[in-house]
Order: sequence, then C-alpha cells, then structure tokens
Amino acid sequence: MATATLPAAAAAATNRSRHQRGTARWVVLALAVLVAVAMLVPFLIMLLNAFKSPADYSQNGPLSFPHELYTEGVKNFWTRVNFPQKLVNSIWISGAVAIAGTLLSLFNAYAIGVGRVKGRLWIVTLFLLATMLPQEALIYPLFTMASDVGLSNSPWSVIIIFTVIQSAFGTYLLSSVLGTFPKALLEAAALDGASRWQVLWKVVFPVVRPTLSVLMIFFFIWTWNEFFIPLVMLTTNDTQTIPVALASLQGDRMMDAPTTNAGALVSLVPAVLFFLLFQRTLTRGVTAGSVK
Amino acid sequence: MTLESLERADGASTTATPPAGPSKPRRSRPGWVPYLPYLIPGAVGFAVVIGIPFVQNVILSFQKWKGGMAPHHWVGLENYTNLLADEQFWTSFRNSISMIVAMVVVPTLIGLVLASVLFDYLGKTFGSRSAAVLRATYYLPQILPVAVAGVLWNWILNAQTGAVNEVLRSWGVENPPNWLGSPTTAMPSVMLVLVWVQIGYPVVVFMSALQRVDPELYEAAELDGAGWWRRFKAITIPQIRPETFVVVLTCTVAALKVFGPIYVLTRGGPESSTLVPSYYSYLNFFDKSKVGYGAAVANVLTLVIVVVAAVILILQARYERKEEGR
Repeated sequence: MATATLPAAAAAATNRSRHQRGTARWVVLALAVLVAVAMLVPFLIMLLNAFKSPADYSQNGPLSFPHELYTEGVKNFWTRVNFPQKLVNSIWISGAVAIAGTLLSLFNAYAIGVGRVKGRLWIVTLFLLATMLPQEALIYPLFTMASDVGLSNSPWSVIIIFTVIQSAFGTYLLSSVLGTFPKALLEAAALDGASRWQVLWKVVFPVVRPTLSVLMIFFFIWTWNEFFIPLVMLTTNDTQTIPVALASLQGDRMMDAPTTNAGALVSLVPAVLFFLLFQRTLTRGVTAGSVK
Repeated sequence: MTLESLERADGASTTATPPAGPSKPRRSRPGWVPYLPYLIPGAVGFAVVIGIPFVQNVILSFQKWKGGMAPHHWVGLENYTNLLADEQFWTSFRNSISMIVAMVVVPTLIGLVLASVLFDYLGKTFGSRSAAVLRATYYLPQILPVAVAGVLWNWILNAQTGAVNEVLRSWGVENPPNWLGSPTTAMPSVMLVLVWVQIGYPVVVFMSALQRVDPELYEAAELDGAGWWRRFKAITIPQIRPETFVVVLTCTVAALKVFGPIYVLTRGGPESSTLVPSYYSYLNFFDKSKVGYGAAVANVLTLVIVVVAAVILILQARYERKEEGR
C-alpha cells in the first residue's frame, strides 16, 4: 500500500535534478521508515506489555507505558515451562545438528565435488528433491521407527532426523563449492603422498572453513526455529524445545497478556542474541563463499 | 550453485583425483571409486530418515490404519478417490493459493520495490548506513522462531484480550471483529502475519543481488536522465532476475509446506477457513487417527510441490536460454 506511491514520488523527484534537494526524498524516506515502524510495532507492543500487570493492562490498554515494572509475567512463564530446561534442550538439539549436519555435508560434498563420483548429478538432484519434501510425508513412519528402536520422545531422534534433513541442503551447496576446488592444491597434496583423508582435513577443510561456519550457523538457527518435527516427536514437557513449549501453553488459563508477552519475549531473546553474535561471521562467510 | 557447474568440469574429472602412487598404477579402477566410502554415512542417513520413511508413507497411503496396534487394511486407491470427493481437502489446497499470495507474491513485489528504493535511492541520498538500518529492521521478524511470532500475533489479534481490539474498543468501536475467530477475517489476518514474517527475506536477498550489478549501468542511466522508476524497470528487474527466481522458488515451496503459523494462529479454523494441506495431513495422522488418509494427503502435497518446483525451474532454464540467445 505505502510502497505503491513510492515510484511516482521518486520519479517526480528525479525529473528535477540528479541529486535532488527537494522534499520528495524526505517523503520517500518517511515512507520507508513507516514500513520499518510497521515491522517494529508488534515487538514494541510486546515489550510494553511484557512488564505490565494484568490490572494495569485491562485498565490502560496495550499502548500505555507500564505504571510499574511488573516482573511476575516473566517469572510465571520462566517457572511454569521450566525455561532453563527448554533452553538446554534447544541448545543441545540445535548444536548437535549444526555440527553433525555440517560434517555429513562435508563428507558427501567431498565425494561428489572433489571425488566426482559417478552419477553425482543424480545424487545432488535427489538431495535437492529431499529439501522440498514436506515433513508430513515422512513423519508417521519416522514416529513409528523411533518408537521401535526406543527413541520415542528422545532428543536423539530429532537430532538424527535434522542432521540428515539439513545436510541435504548442505550437500547441495557444498558440492558446487567443492566442484570448483583448485586442482593444483589437490595434486600437490597427492604428490606429497597425502591420503584422501589427509587431503580432506589438511587441504580442503582449511579452504572451505568460512563456508562451513556459515552452514553451521544456518543449521543451528533453522533447527532452533523448527516446529513440526519437535512437536510430534517430543511428546512430554521435559524434552520439548522452546518454540514447542511456548506454543503448547496456548489457551492455558495462566497465559494472561503479560505472561504471553513475557513468554514470547523470553523465547525470542536467544534467537536474536545468536543472530547478533554471528552476524559478522555470516556476512563475512557469505562474501568469502561467493569468491570462487 | 547450479547443477551445471558440477557437470561442466566433467572433462577434467579424471585429473581431479590424486594419482594412486607411482609404484602401482591402477587402470582398471576409475579414480572416483576410492571416494565412495565418504558417501556411506550420508547414504545410510538418507535411507533411514528420508528414503525408507517416504516409501513407507506411500505404502501407508494405500491402507486403512488407525495407528498403533490396530490392523492394517489394504484398500488400494480408496484413500485417493475419497480425497477427490473431500471438500476439506480441496479447501486446504485452495487456501494454499492464499498462502502463496501472502508468502510469495506480495513479499516479492514489495521486496523488489523496497530493495531498489533502499539501494538505488535512499542509499545514495542519505548514505548506505541508513539503508542498512532499514534493511535490518525489515529482516527482524525473519530471525525469530515462526511459532514464537505466531503466539505473539495470536495474542495481538485475540478477540477479547488482544492489543488490536483493546485499542479499537478504547476508540469507541463497539464490536471489534474476532480477527482469527471468524471465517471471513481469519484468512486475511493470517495472510497479514505471513507478509510481516516474510518480507525481510526478499529485501535482503535482492539488496545483496543489487550489489553485484555494475554501478556504471545506473550511472549511465542517470546521466541519460532516467528516473528511479525507469531504472527500476530497465536495470534492476532484469539484472536481479536470477535471484528473483530463487526467492520465488524457495518461498513457493515454503508456502505450500506452511504448518507452524497455522498451528499457532488458527489450527486451520474456523470452519476450515485457514486449513492448509500440511495441517490437514497432521490432523488426520494424530487427531482423527486416519493414518492412511493423512499419508495420502501428504503424498498429494509432495506431488504438487515437486510439480510446481519443476515448472518454476523449467521457466527459469528457458528464460536463461533466451537471454543467452540474445
């Protein structure tokens, strides 16, 4: 809606001069900022109401500043879902998947990209197809399989499943990166008598490390944000991840406005922190990967 | 990042593998065979987590099964023929079109304009710093778990205690709508949330795509007196077409698969007005205990996704060929 008016305003502005001093650029800026504010409003409302008492909320509504800092919402949510436990579950599952999934992708891509295994195009296509598969088409057999081998309601089942699912994308990406790996490096190492295993770790690994770290961060965030498979596989409170724990409290009588907002706030803090922490690595890695 | 890049270097493939050692030349064995062990963990994992379950799911879709210890009944194609007459099934796929509008069409269009305005206009007049800050703000909803975003919005749009209706009531609106609870407003509300979640992704992808466009193109166009809109149409859109295809493909697949937001916002209701195929499949599996039927829904969804993805990929390939022919 707001953006529809942008082109006209911008075009009118550029008719006047190349680096216009007119008001049009301020209009465009205002519209872009307006969109940004619209994106931020839900976060602001959440912040305002996470620390507001229920009485304050019902009296003064969602847009007022809290009269006093009310921390019961956070405390309620924290103890009710046993947040530290959910945090550990999420970190353990996402961390294990990030490491194992990257390792698996590297092995696959080493055989496909460097080893140029026969039928590699088919293998990559198969992995690509796997990334498109809806999880619903796998979930029931996986669920039965997990209970057959005694892994029902175990984080291990989720770790194994996501290691493979994430590595399908990782293999696709890394294979094309390793497909352009400088041959001179490989040949020099081979002449020195290095085995394939040594070439992988002493020649290939150091060169693709930036790409691997990006992949690892992606796998971590993606697994952290996953909902469907953890929802089905982790059936009791003590094994749940953060998103599942938050969603399963919906409709609970305890979830008044401050508690809901506090819950959402507490649940998104780790994701935002992680993102801020690794933002540098991400941008650096992405550019490093693009230089072939 | 294309499949072709794997194939193109094929001619040199034999030189890529290290020689087996000067003392024992092995001509009978191609150079790639020693690399096969590296595929074993991946192959086993793929078989256990994706291959076998998928085949089992196809088999399940030809059966009637209530799950657990209940007996399996072979019913052939009955689940699929039932689907054809199932109103809810058709509704769920019709709703997928709304999901595509909310997760692909609107975000891609707005994303193109926003990315171009930030890069080609605001970045130049107000400095790239301001463009970076705005971009980060647009991207914010993308980094939080979609279930968390859904829970937050579920409260914001709640009929009794939600923020929107509290505000409306304080403004004197007598009966504010039950946003997620009424069949007429539920879908537009869900779509709004999805647009909010989705928009940052195309903006970020398109802005990084614009960075590889030769700046001289823009400078030449500006010297020729082309305004922002002309540059947008003549340079921006054609130059970042590859990224547009990638965004459209990944978002369309995601839109067809969408589950989390529906689960936390509406559970497919009210009156199936926001039912989507993945949720309908889940409902049959774990709520109605119609495992075979749920498997059939999931398989149809798989088929639709693969066909739609193939169509997009073919269109892209055809377009690239046309470009090369020029």
